[in-house]
Amino acid sequence: MKELLVIFISTILINNLVLAYFLGICPFLGVSGKLASSFGMGMAVTFVMTLSTTICWLIYNLLLVPFNLYFLQYVVFILVIASLVQMVEMFVRKFSPMLYNALGIYLPLITTNCAILGAALFMVSRNYGFIESVVFGFSGGLGFSLVLLIMAGIREDLKFCDVPRVFRGAPITLITAGLLAMVFLAFTGLLNG
Amino acid sequence: MKEFTRGLWYEHPTFRQLLGMCPTLAVTTSAVNGLSMGAAVIFVLFFSSLIVSLMKNVVPAQVRIAVYTVIIAAFVTLVDIFFKAYIPDVSKNLGPYLPLIIVNCIILGRCEAFASKMPVIKSLKDALGMGLGFTWGLFLLSSIRELLGNRTILGYQILPAGYDPLIIMILPAGAFLTLGFLVALMNRIEQR
Repeated sequence: MKELLVIFISTILINNLVLAYFLGICPFLGVSGKLASSFGMGMAVTFVMTLSTTICWLIYNLLLVPFNLYFLQYVVFILVIASLVQMVEMFVRKFSPMLYNALGIYLPLITTNCAILGAALFMVSRNYGFIESVVFGFSGGLGFSLVLLIMAGIREDLKFCDVPRVFRGAPITLITAGLLAMVFLAFTGLLNG
Repeated sequence: MKEFTRGLWYEHPTFRQLLGMCPTLAVTTSAVNGLSMGAAVIFVLFFSSLIVSLMKNVVPAQVRIAVYTVIIAAFVTLVDIFFKAYIPDVSKNLGPYLPLIIVNCIILGRCEAFASKMPVIKSLKDALGMGLGFTWGLFLLSSIRELLGNRTILGYQILPAGYDPLIIMILPAGAFLTLGFLVALMNRIEQR
Protein backbone atom coordinates (compact mmCIF):
# COMPACT_ATOMS: atom_id res chain seq x y z
CA MET A 1 0.00 0.00 0.00
CA LYS A 2 2.86 2.34 0.88
CA GLU A 3 4.57 1.75 -2.47
CA LEU A 4 1.35 2.59 -4.31
CA LEU A 5 1.06 5.87 -2.40
CA VAL A 6 4.69 6.69 -3.27
CA ILE A 7 4.00 6.03 -6.98
CA PHE A 8 0.84 8.12 -6.78
CA ILE A 9 2.45 11.18 -5.17
CA SER A 10 5.74 11.06 -7.07
CA THR A 11 4.02 10.67 -10.46
CA ILE A 12 1.81 13.69 -9.85
CA LEU A 13 4.19 16.10 -8.14
CA ILE A 14 7.83 15.02 -8.42
CA ASN A 15 8.20 13.13 -11.69
CA ASN A 16 5.36 14.91 -13.45
CA LEU A 17 5.08 13.56 -17.01
CA VAL A 18 4.81 17.05 -18.51
CA LEU A 19 7.28 19.09 -16.49
CA ALA A 20 9.95 16.48 -15.75
CA TYR A 21 9.70 14.20 -18.80
CA PHE A 22 8.32 16.58 -21.44
CA LEU A 23 5.56 14.18 -22.44
CA GLY A 24 2.35 15.56 -23.90
CA ILE A 25 3.83 18.98 -24.60
CA CYS A 26 1.86 19.46 -27.83
CA PRO A 27 -1.61 19.37 -26.18
CA PHE A 28 -0.06 21.18 -23.21
CA LEU A 29 0.85 24.13 -25.46
CA GLY A 30 -2.14 23.78 -27.76
CA VAL A 31 -5.12 23.28 -25.44
CA SER A 32 -4.01 25.20 -22.35
CA GLY A 33 -5.49 28.49 -23.57
CA LYS A 34 -8.87 27.97 -21.87
CA LEU A 35 -9.74 26.43 -18.50
CA ALA A 36 -12.84 24.60 -19.76
CA SER A 37 -11.10 22.85 -22.65
CA SER A 38 -8.11 22.00 -20.43
CA PHE A 39 -10.43 20.25 -18.02
CA GLY A 40 -11.99 18.19 -20.84
CA MET A 41 -8.60 17.25 -22.23
CA GLY A 42 -7.26 16.36 -18.80
CA MET A 43 -10.18 14.06 -18.03
CA ALA A 44 -9.95 12.36 -21.44
CA VAL A 45 -6.20 11.75 -21.01
CA THR A 46 -6.62 10.41 -17.47
CA PHE A 47 -9.30 8.01 -18.66
CA VAL A 48 -7.36 6.70 -21.68
CA MET A 49 -4.02 6.56 -19.86
CA THR A 50 -5.42 4.42 -17.04
CA LEU A 51 -6.99 2.02 -19.53
CA SER A 52 -3.98 1.90 -21.86
CA THR A 53 -1.38 1.18 -19.17
CA THR A 54 -3.68 -1.58 -17.85
CA ILE A 55 -4.16 -3.22 -21.25
CA CYS A 56 -0.56 -2.72 -22.36
CA TRP A 57 0.64 -4.35 -19.12
CA LEU A 58 -1.59 -7.37 -19.74
CA ILE A 59 -0.50 -7.75 -23.37
CA TYR A 60 3.18 -7.20 -22.60
CA ASN A 61 3.36 -9.67 -19.71
CA LEU A 62 0.91 -12.31 -20.96
CA LEU A 63 1.78 -12.28 -24.69
CA LEU A 64 5.04 -10.56 -25.58
CA VAL A 65 7.16 -11.87 -22.69
CA PRO A 66 6.16 -15.58 -22.87
CA PHE A 67 6.63 -15.67 -26.66
CA ASN A 68 9.82 -13.58 -26.62
CA LEU A 69 8.38 -10.95 -28.96
CA TYR A 70 10.02 -7.88 -27.40
CA PHE A 71 10.78 -6.31 -30.78
CA LEU A 72 7.03 -5.98 -31.47
CA GLN A 73 6.59 -3.88 -28.34
CA TYR A 74 6.34 -0.45 -30.00
CA VAL A 75 4.07 -1.54 -32.83
CA VAL A 76 1.76 -3.38 -30.43
CA PHE A 77 1.58 -0.51 -27.93
CA ILE A 78 0.74 2.11 -30.53
CA LEU A 79 -1.91 -0.17 -32.05
CA VAL A 80 -3.45 -0.78 -28.62
CA ILE A 81 -3.57 2.95 -27.93
CA ALA A 82 -4.99 3.86 -31.34
CA SER A 83 -7.73 1.23 -31.21
CA LEU A 84 -8.46 1.97 -27.55
CA VAL A 85 -9.00 5.64 -28.34
CA GLN A 86 -11.27 4.68 -31.23
CA MET A 87 -13.27 2.28 -29.04
CA VAL A 88 -13.60 4.75 -26.18
CA GLU A 89 -14.85 7.34 -28.65
CA MET A 90 -17.53 5.00 -30.05
CA PHE A 91 -18.51 3.80 -26.58
CA VAL A 92 -18.85 7.28 -25.14
CA ARG A 93 -20.80 8.49 -28.18
CA LYS A 94 -23.27 5.64 -27.81
CA PHE A 95 -23.78 5.62 -24.06
CA SER A 96 -23.15 9.13 -22.84
CA PRO A 97 -23.82 11.88 -25.38
CA MET A 98 -23.21 14.47 -22.66
CA LEU A 99 -19.72 13.19 -21.95
CA TYR A 100 -19.15 12.89 -25.68
CA ASN A 101 -19.95 16.55 -26.19
CA ALA A 102 -17.49 17.44 -23.47
CA LEU A 103 -14.62 15.14 -24.52
CA GLY A 104 -15.44 14.46 -28.17
CA ILE A 105 -12.99 16.65 -30.01
CA TYR A 106 -10.11 15.79 -27.67
CA LEU A 107 -10.33 12.02 -28.01
CA PRO A 108 -8.83 11.59 -31.50
CA LEU A 109 -5.95 13.90 -30.55
CA ILE A 110 -4.97 11.56 -27.74
CA THR A 111 -3.64 8.88 -30.12
CA THR A 112 -0.64 11.05 -30.89
CA ASN A 113 -0.25 12.27 -27.31
CA CYS A 114 3.20 11.08 -26.39
CA ALA A 115 2.31 10.98 -22.69
CA ILE A 116 0.12 7.90 -23.30
CA LEU A 117 2.80 5.93 -25.16
CA GLY A 118 5.43 7.30 -22.76
CA ALA A 119 3.51 6.04 -19.73
CA ALA A 120 3.27 2.57 -21.30
CA LEU A 121 7.03 2.55 -22.00
CA PHE A 122 7.93 3.76 -18.50
CA MET A 123 5.71 1.07 -16.99
CA VAL A 124 7.76 -1.57 -18.84
CA SER A 125 11.20 -0.06 -18.14
CA ARG A 126 10.41 0.38 -14.44
CA ASN A 127 9.11 -3.20 -14.10
CA TYR A 128 5.85 -2.22 -12.45
CA GLY A 129 3.45 -4.95 -11.32
CA PHE A 130 -0.19 -4.99 -12.41
CA ILE A 131 -1.72 -2.86 -9.63
CA GLU A 132 1.27 -0.51 -9.70
CA SER A 133 0.78 0.02 -13.44
CA VAL A 134 -2.89 0.88 -13.02
CA VAL A 135 -2.06 3.38 -10.26
CA PHE A 136 0.80 4.78 -12.35
CA GLY A 137 -1.45 5.31 -15.38
CA PHE A 138 -4.16 6.96 -13.29
CA SER A 139 -1.79 9.28 -11.42
CA GLY A 140 0.10 10.10 -14.63
CA GLY A 141 -3.17 11.34 -16.11
CA LEU A 142 -4.01 13.30 -12.97
CA GLY A 143 -0.55 14.92 -13.00
CA PHE A 144 -1.04 15.89 -16.63
CA SER A 145 -4.46 17.41 -15.83
CA LEU A 146 -3.09 19.30 -12.82
CA VAL A 147 -0.32 20.99 -14.82
CA LEU A 148 -2.68 21.66 -17.73
CA LEU A 149 -5.17 23.38 -15.42
CA ILE A 150 -2.51 25.47 -13.65
CA MET A 151 -1.14 26.53 -17.04
CA ALA A 152 -4.60 27.40 -18.37
CA GLY A 153 -5.27 29.54 -15.30
CA ILE A 154 -2.01 31.43 -15.80
CA ARG A 155 -2.62 31.89 -19.52
CA GLU A 156 -6.13 33.26 -19.00
CA ASP A 157 -4.61 35.97 -16.81
CA LEU A 158 -1.71 36.45 -19.22
CA LYS A 159 -4.15 37.63 -21.89
CA PHE A 160 -4.52 40.92 -20.00
CA CYS A 161 -0.78 41.47 -19.65
CA ASP A 162 1.34 43.62 -21.90
CA VAL A 163 3.75 41.02 -23.30
CA PRO A 164 6.51 42.30 -25.65
CA ARG A 165 5.50 41.57 -29.24
CA VAL A 166 8.18 39.00 -30.10
CA PHE A 167 7.33 37.01 -26.97
CA ARG A 168 3.60 36.74 -27.65
CA GLY A 169 2.13 33.29 -28.23
CA ALA A 170 4.51 30.35 -27.99
CA PRO A 171 7.61 32.00 -26.41
CA ILE A 172 5.84 33.38 -23.34
CA THR A 173 4.01 30.06 -22.89
CA LEU A 174 7.29 28.15 -22.98
CA ILE A 175 8.92 30.51 -20.51
CA THR A 176 5.92 30.23 -18.17
CA ALA A 177 6.24 26.45 -18.42
CA GLY A 178 9.93 26.78 -17.53
CA LEU A 179 9.10 28.75 -14.40
CA LEU A 180 6.41 26.21 -13.53
CA ALA A 181 8.99 23.42 -13.90
CA MET A 182 11.26 25.28 -11.47
CA VAL A 183 8.39 25.56 -8.98
CA PHE A 184 7.77 21.83 -9.23
CA LEU A 185 11.47 21.19 -8.50
CA ALA A 186 10.63 22.22 -4.94
CA PHE A 187 8.65 18.97 -4.53
CA THR A 188 11.80 16.88 -5.11
CA GLY A 189 12.56 16.30 -1.44
CA LEU A 190 8.93 15.61 -0.52
CA LEU A 191 9.26 11.82 -0.12
CA ASN A 192 12.75 11.80 1.40
CA GLY A 193 11.73 13.49 4.64
CA MET B 1 14.22 23.12 -54.51
CA LYS B 2 11.33 24.83 -52.70
CA GLU B 3 10.30 21.54 -51.08
CA PHE B 4 13.78 21.15 -49.61
CA THR B 5 14.46 24.66 -48.28
CA ARG B 6 11.03 25.13 -46.72
CA GLY B 7 11.82 22.91 -43.71
CA LEU B 8 15.22 24.53 -43.19
CA TRP B 9 13.87 28.00 -42.44
CA TYR B 10 10.44 29.27 -43.54
CA GLU B 11 8.44 26.40 -42.08
CA HIS B 12 11.03 25.26 -39.57
CA PRO B 13 9.43 22.39 -37.62
CA THR B 14 10.71 23.45 -34.20
CA PHE B 15 10.82 27.25 -34.24
CA ARG B 16 7.91 28.02 -36.55
CA GLN B 17 5.48 25.12 -36.28
CA LEU B 18 6.38 24.01 -32.73
CA LEU B 19 6.08 20.36 -33.70
CA GLY B 20 7.87 17.43 -32.11
CA MET B 21 8.33 19.16 -28.78
CA CYS B 22 8.95 16.10 -26.57
CA PRO B 23 12.31 15.04 -28.09
CA THR B 24 13.26 18.68 -28.67
CA LEU B 25 13.03 19.49 -24.99
CA ALA B 26 13.97 16.16 -23.49
CA VAL B 27 17.15 15.03 -25.21
CA THR B 28 18.86 18.38 -25.74
CA THR B 29 20.93 18.20 -22.55
CA SER B 30 24.07 17.63 -24.66
CA ALA B 31 24.95 18.30 -28.29
CA VAL B 32 25.74 14.62 -28.97
CA ASN B 33 22.24 13.58 -27.87
CA GLY B 34 20.69 16.33 -29.98
CA LEU B 35 22.57 15.25 -33.10
CA SER B 36 21.82 11.54 -32.70
CA MET B 37 18.12 12.26 -32.16
CA GLY B 38 18.22 14.40 -35.31
CA ALA B 39 19.83 11.58 -37.30
CA ALA B 40 17.23 9.09 -36.09
CA VAL B 41 14.39 11.43 -37.08
CA ILE B 42 15.90 12.06 -40.56
CA PHE B 43 16.10 8.29 -41.16
CA VAL B 44 12.56 7.55 -39.99
CA LEU B 45 11.07 10.58 -41.77
CA PHE B 46 12.85 9.78 -45.04
CA PHE B 47 11.75 6.15 -45.25
CA SER B 48 8.22 6.69 -43.88
CA SER B 49 7.68 9.46 -46.44
CA LEU B 50 8.97 7.13 -49.17
CA ILE B 51 6.60 4.31 -48.22
CA VAL B 52 3.60 6.58 -47.56
CA SER B 53 4.10 8.37 -50.87
CA LEU B 54 4.38 5.05 -52.73
CA MET B 55 1.25 3.68 -51.06
CA LYS B 56 -0.89 6.80 -51.34
CA ASN B 57 -3.31 5.27 -53.84
CA VAL B 58 -3.65 1.95 -52.01
CA VAL B 59 -4.49 3.05 -48.44
CA PRO B 60 -8.20 3.71 -47.73
CA ALA B 61 -8.76 7.18 -46.28
CA GLN B 62 -10.55 5.97 -43.12
CA VAL B 63 -7.64 3.93 -41.78
CA ARG B 64 -4.76 6.02 -43.12
CA ILE B 65 -3.58 7.40 -39.76
CA ALA B 66 -3.39 3.89 -38.28
CA VAL B 67 -1.48 2.66 -41.34
CA TYR B 68 0.99 5.56 -41.19
CA THR B 69 1.56 4.99 -37.47
CA VAL B 70 2.37 1.31 -38.04
CA ILE B 71 4.78 2.17 -40.89
CA ILE B 72 6.52 4.73 -38.66
CA ALA B 73 6.63 2.32 -35.71
CA ALA B 74 8.33 -0.30 -37.91
CA PHE B 75 11.13 2.09 -38.92
CA VAL B 76 11.54 3.35 -35.36
CA THR B 77 11.97 -0.25 -34.20
CA LEU B 78 14.77 -0.65 -36.79
CA VAL B 79 16.57 2.51 -35.58
CA ASP B 80 16.13 1.43 -31.96
CA ILE B 81 17.71 -1.98 -32.59
CA PHE B 82 20.53 -0.35 -34.62
CA PHE B 83 21.31 2.19 -31.88
CA LYS B 84 21.24 -0.48 -29.17
CA ALA B 85 23.71 -2.61 -31.12
CA TYR B 86 26.19 0.00 -32.40
CA ILE B 87 25.97 3.05 -30.09
CA PRO B 88 24.66 1.67 -26.77
CA ASP B 89 25.71 4.79 -24.79
CA VAL B 90 23.62 7.09 -26.96
CA SER B 91 20.76 4.59 -26.86
CA LYS B 92 20.88 4.67 -23.06
CA ASN B 93 20.90 8.49 -22.99
CA LEU B 94 17.94 8.81 -25.34
CA GLY B 95 15.99 6.24 -23.27
CA PRO B 96 12.26 6.18 -24.00
CA TYR B 97 12.50 9.22 -26.26
CA LEU B 98 13.79 7.12 -29.16
CA PRO B 99 10.64 4.92 -29.31
CA LEU B 100 8.62 8.09 -28.75
CA ILE B 101 9.62 9.19 -32.28
CA ILE B 102 6.57 7.10 -33.27
CA VAL B 103 4.23 9.78 -31.95
CA ASN B 104 6.47 12.67 -33.02
CA CYS B 105 4.05 15.02 -34.74
CA ILE B 106 6.66 16.12 -37.30
CA ILE B 107 6.76 12.69 -38.89
CA LEU B 108 3.03 11.99 -38.81
CA GLY B 109 2.39 15.60 -39.84
CA ARG B 110 4.61 15.42 -42.91
CA CYS B 111 3.21 12.02 -43.91
CA GLU B 112 -0.35 13.29 -43.62
CA ALA B 113 0.10 16.82 -44.99
CA PHE B 114 2.66 16.18 -47.70
CA ALA B 115 3.81 12.65 -48.56
CA SER B 116 0.27 11.24 -48.84
CA LYS B 117 -0.58 13.75 -51.58
CA MET B 118 2.68 14.32 -53.46
CA PRO B 119 4.90 12.34 -55.84
CA VAL B 120 7.80 10.37 -54.39
CA ILE B 121 10.72 12.67 -55.30
CA LYS B 122 9.03 15.78 -53.90
CA SER B 123 8.13 13.94 -50.69
CA LEU B 124 11.71 12.80 -50.20
CA LYS B 125 13.02 16.36 -50.67
CA ASP B 126 10.44 17.60 -48.19
CA ALA B 127 11.39 14.87 -45.69
CA LEU B 128 15.11 15.67 -45.98
CA GLY B 129 14.49 19.41 -45.56
CA MET B 130 12.26 18.96 -42.52
CA GLY B 131 14.64 16.39 -41.01
CA LEU B 132 17.70 18.62 -41.47
CA GLY B 133 15.79 21.65 -40.18
CA PHE B 134 14.78 19.68 -37.08
CA THR B 135 18.40 18.55 -36.63
CA TRP B 136 19.96 22.03 -36.72
CA GLY B 137 17.27 23.23 -34.33
CA LEU B 138 18.16 20.43 -31.91
CA PHE B 139 21.88 21.10 -32.33
CA LEU B 140 21.49 24.82 -31.59
CA LEU B 141 19.28 24.21 -28.55
CA SER B 142 21.48 21.44 -27.15
CA SER B 143 24.72 23.40 -27.73
CA ILE B 144 23.38 26.38 -25.78
CA ARG B 145 22.21 24.15 -22.94
CA GLU B 146 25.45 22.13 -22.85
CA LEU B 147 27.59 25.28 -22.99
CA LEU B 148 25.82 27.14 -20.18
CA GLY B 149 25.06 24.09 -18.06
CA ASN B 150 28.28 22.14 -18.47
CA ARG B 151 30.85 24.54 -20.04
CA THR B 152 31.27 22.25 -23.06
CA ILE B 153 30.01 21.70 -26.62
CA LEU B 154 30.19 18.15 -28.00
CA GLY B 155 32.37 17.34 -24.96
CA TYR B 156 35.03 20.01 -25.71
CA GLN B 157 35.48 22.58 -22.97
CA ILE B 158 34.70 26.06 -24.31
CA LEU B 159 34.10 28.25 -21.28
CA PRO B 160 36.95 28.73 -18.74
CA ALA B 161 36.96 26.81 -15.46
CA GLY B 162 36.20 30.07 -13.63
CA TYR B 163 32.67 30.06 -15.09
CA ASP B 164 30.13 28.60 -12.70
CA PRO B 165 27.86 26.21 -14.69
CA LEU B 166 24.16 27.01 -14.53
CA ILE B 167 22.81 23.65 -13.45
CA ILE B 168 19.27 24.82 -14.24
CA MET B 169 20.14 24.78 -17.96
CA ILE B 170 20.44 20.99 -18.08
CA LEU B 171 17.37 20.51 -15.87
CA PRO B 172 13.89 20.42 -17.46
CA ALA B 173 13.19 24.08 -16.63
CA GLY B 174 16.23 25.19 -18.68
CA ALA B 175 14.85 23.43 -21.76
CA PHE B 176 11.58 25.38 -21.64
CA LEU B 177 13.35 28.70 -20.99
CA THR B 178 15.97 28.28 -23.75
CA LEU B 179 13.39 27.25 -26.34
CA GLY B 180 11.13 30.15 -25.32
CA PHE B 181 13.93 32.67 -25.88
CA LEU B 182 15.00 31.01 -29.16
CA VAL B 183 11.45 31.17 -30.58
CA ALA B 184 11.26 34.84 -29.55
CA LEU B 185 14.61 35.44 -31.29
CA MET B 186 13.29 33.78 -34.48
CA ASN B 187 10.20 36.01 -34.32
CA ARG B 188 12.47 39.05 -33.99
CA ILE B 189 14.55 38.05 -37.04
CA GLU B 190 11.39 37.45 -39.05
CA GLN B 191 9.98 40.90 -38.20
CA ARG B 192 12.89 42.78 -39.78
